[in-house]
Amino acid sequence: MILPTSLNSTSYSFIDKLKAVDYFLLIIVAIIGSMSIFSIYSTENGNFSFYTKNHLTRFLVFFSMFLVLSFVRVSFWYRQANIFYILGILLLLIVIFFGISASGSKRWINLFIMNLQPSELMKIAIIVCFARYYHRIHSSDIQSYKYLLQPIILLLIPCYLVIIQPDLGTAILIAGSGLAIIWLAGLNLKYFIYSGLILLVSLPFVISILKPYQKLRILTFFNPDRDPLGAGYQIIQSKIAIGSGGLLGKGFLQGTQSYLEFLPEKHTDFIFTLFSEEFGFVGSMVLILLYALLIYRIIRIGFSSRSFFAKLYCFGFASALFLYIFVNIAMVVGLLPIVGAPLPIMSYGGSSMLSIMLGLGIVMSCKIYSRDPIGN
Amino acid sequence: MIKKIGNLNKNKIISRRLFVLVAAKIGLIGVVTSRLYNLQISEKQKYEVLSDKNRIREWKTPPQRGIITDYFNNVIADNQRVYQVHLSLEEVSNFNNSIFKLKNIISLNEDEIKKIYEKKEISKPWDTLVISENLSWKEFSKLNLYLHELDGAKPVLSTSRYYPYSNDLVHVVGYVGDATNQDIQNKKKIEENFVPGLKVGKIGIENSKDADLIGNHGTKRYEVNASGKKISEISYNKETQGENLRTTIDLEIQQLAQDLLKNKAGSICVMDIFTGEVITMASSPTFDPNKFTHGISTKDWNEIKNNKLRPLLNKSLAGLYSPGSTIKPLVALAALEYGIIDTKFKVNCKGHDHPYELYGERYHCWKKNGHGWMSMRNAIKQSCDIYFYEVARLLGVDKLSLIAKRYGLGSKVLEGFFSEEKKGIVPSTKWKKQVLEQSWYIGETVITGIGQGYIQTTPLQLCLMTAQLANGGFKIKPNLIYDKEIDLDVIKSKIESEKNKSVTQNILKDHEFKYYERLYRNPNNLNLVLDAMYGSTNEQFGTSFRSRHKEDKYKFAGKTGTSQVKRITDQDRELDLDLEEIEYKNRDHALFIAFAPYDKPRYSLSVLIEHGGSGSKAAAPIANKLIKKILDRHELREKIRKDLKNIA
Repeated sequence: MILPTSLNSTSYSFIDKLKAVDYFLLIIVAIIGSMSIFSIYSTENGNFSFYTKNHLTRFLVFFSMFLVLSFVRVSFWYRQANIFYILGILLLLIVIFFGISASGSKRWINLFIMNLQPSELMKIAIIVCFARYYHRIHSSDIQSYKYLLQPIILLLIPCYLVIIQPDLGTAILIAGSGLAIIWLAGLNLKYFIYSGLILLVSLPFVISILKPYQKLRILTFFNPDRDPLGAGYQIIQSKIAIGSGGLLGKGFLQGTQSYLEFLPEKHTDFIFTLFSEEFGFVGSMVLILLYALLIYRIIRIGFSSRSFFAKLYCFGFASALFLYIFVNIAMVVGLLPIVGAPLPIMSYGGSSMLSIMLGLGIVMSCKIYSRDPIGN
Repeated sequence: MIKKIGNLNKNKIISRRLFVLVAAKIGLIGVVTSRLYNLQISEKQKYEVLSDKNRIREWKTPPQRGIITDYFNNVIADNQRVYQVHLSLEEVSNFNNSIFKLKNIISLNEDEIKKIYEKKEISKPWDTLVISENLSWKEFSKLNLYLHELDGAKPVLSTSRYYPYSNDLVHVVGYVGDATNQDIQNKKKIEENFVPGLKVGKIGIENSKDADLIGNHGTKRYEVNASGKKISEISYNKETQGENLRTTIDLEIQQLAQDLLKNKAGSICVMDIFTGEVITMASSPTFDPNKFTHGISTKDWNEIKNNKLRPLLNKSLAGLYSPGSTIKPLVALAALEYGIIDTKFKVNCKGHDHPYELYGERYHCWKKNGHGWMSMRNAIKQSCDIYFYEVARLLGVDKLSLIAKRYGLGSKVLEGFFSEEKKGIVPSTKWKKQVLEQSWYIGETVITGIGQGYIQTTPLQLCLMTAQLANGGFKIKPNLIYDKEIDLDVIKSKIESEKNKSVTQNILKDHEFKYYERLYRNPNNLNLVLDAMYGSTNEQFGTSFRSRHKEDKYKFAGKTGTSQVKRITDQDRELDLDLEEIEYKNRDHALFIAFAPYDKPRYSLSVLIEHGGSGSKAAAPIANKLIKKILDRHELREKIRKDLKNIA
């Protein structure tokens, strides 16, 4: 059944490829990227130093990588999906044995030029892997238990490896991305309802195995004022920063909550807070709109793709991206507990930037090679 | 074909499923947007306030106390530049280490170090601790030399209270010290302006006029970061200095008075008999108020506290003494006013062999051989006790008490201006019934007539009594702080019109008198008493004859008094010991009251020497020196009075 790729693929001229690039998407990414550089610059109180330099370099390097990856055939990702997944699992295992720790969790591998966080790569790997899986199976098999069991196991392994790091936030995002694809593939609604009910029933059990600091975060979420200087500090200060920004914000480099260091984790998880303090409601809406446009473009690419793999990947990645953004913003405005999830592109952090650009690269390749049929 | 259909089917499903997801995403974006709207638009103000609360911190800056001067504008309570070292706690990496280093540079003893640690306990992490309030120049320059080794230590130029005439005015001006919790609770002005290290008045004018003297604290608003470090100053609402006060005291007379009391325990009070201005209020022994400003050492405190002559007691208004014979002019006046006797009334004083007898009790005159037949003028002049035993018996204690109270005994002269002022006792039958729950004995009336027994007065009360006799019998308002409302010319014209007012019989009954109202029934009665006091000082056989001034312009009238500390027994009378032979604590208190100049009275004074012996020997000579000084400075004082009136 498996045919040589060369026979199956359509040939494209270089000009065709350039024409096929979604420049609108590129521009949106570039705009969000620049906004993120200015925001990181603001976290350093207007000094062009360590974080800003690092962030700028990473953005430029990974954005270039995104452009290069765009020209890799989408069928490559289809073929290498399992390898990608296995590689992700291997890296997660390496973390367990050789990982480096920071603030109580072991998440990173020292690659000398940067610290790689494999769980971030796993976010993309799981989408690619699942897209391939559902591309290959027949629509009538989707509802069968036999075909459901495999993706569930594939999903539980990385989730478990990430939870024990411990990194609840990333695990939830990985699980969320995986479930989004299973949903898109067409698994019957009743399964989702059943598993939802099971989760609800097992909630007390889940809570009992949570780490004390995780329990504290959840308690704090429901009532931040119970410990305003301890566990509730982050969310209280974040809400103060956002609220005091008002309609138009305090102005670039004028965010007092940030430059007076009231805001914790301001270059990573709370970058939206800083942005929102300085640019207000209007600025926040602009940023959300840009993200919405980005997601819209990705979905559009999915629609225009011929292969089911590409479609599923694009829709899945778009959903995952939305999930990352939503979880982060909902967290900093106090709608969700603080679980530790970066804001795509905006947050400082190499692995997160790498995984988003990798994900976008595959999306762009879906666009350029949209006419490629992918056989199974 | 089958695969194609399958894929078509899958494509259909995926589109449907995507549609559901997108719908959910739009819903969630709506949730986030409404949350942002809620935070940034609806509750903006709440969060703006919280943000400002975060970033703005206020520091209070201490106010400077007002300056206190005497009547002639000599500064008697000043603010002096002092060198201090403060420790900014947020900049200190190791507190113990810093204190250890500081200890080696500036001399800190164990006591002081203990206090610093106590202060640190109650400080906030961003507070500044005053390590030493008053460094010598040498220590201060040494500190500056080693400053680079002391993180958080700051040399500070500050001001603190300084009393240039240290010991001479402590009972009038008082002293300052750190505000205690009680001070903060009791006085609103202190509570409002409290700053760590704020000094407040503890006694004297510093305490009574604290509300005026303190001033208002300033406020510095700083932007701070999350760890409390100051980033920039936002605003500075400058502190204001307290009001300056002018007292009625004449520094030179006060200093002379303190000098005259040196090595004695006693009091001197001088008053203007019209304006009621307290010109001098000296009390001895004294102590140095400057020692209290930066916290007194235990050794110094014990020295003051354990001194047998009680320097902490302001004897002028909190020391209680039997007035002795200084009450006699008042007894005579009362008897005349009530018409009990006339001026021709005579009593025979026959000496110790024939004492005054009443129901078996014997009462002696101080003069062993007796005075012979005594008229009222002579009895006052020579201070005959027998005469006053008889007059008091005829008068009765209740009438005497009424007149004594009218002229200023038995109530607080400065009306509570000083919390420690005592009102003394003017006994009456009613008083004894109420307080001691006993009946009055006639014998007690007899000894009250010579100022012994239950009667207790302060030297300031005797001074006021003398003033109100000498000014012709008018009630005055004693005061210690210059008050532009009190105008000499106005007072004099009020008195003039009072003199011509017809008087009803009511004046002999107990009632409240207004200021500058006349207190007497018949001016002749008062004049006779004043004339007798003149005789006492200026005529032979007068008890203070030896202390008189021969020069007309210094001529004064007075009355001596000797207040018994202990009942005189027959044996004492037999022995008739010299002063030096009696144990100090058993010696009589010496008293003297006077007014001057005699022809045109203007000032009254009282002198008290604790255990000084007889009034004529111990107290009257002091008055002699004082009166010269007071009258010499009269012109100068009147000039200042005129200047002050013109300014107003």
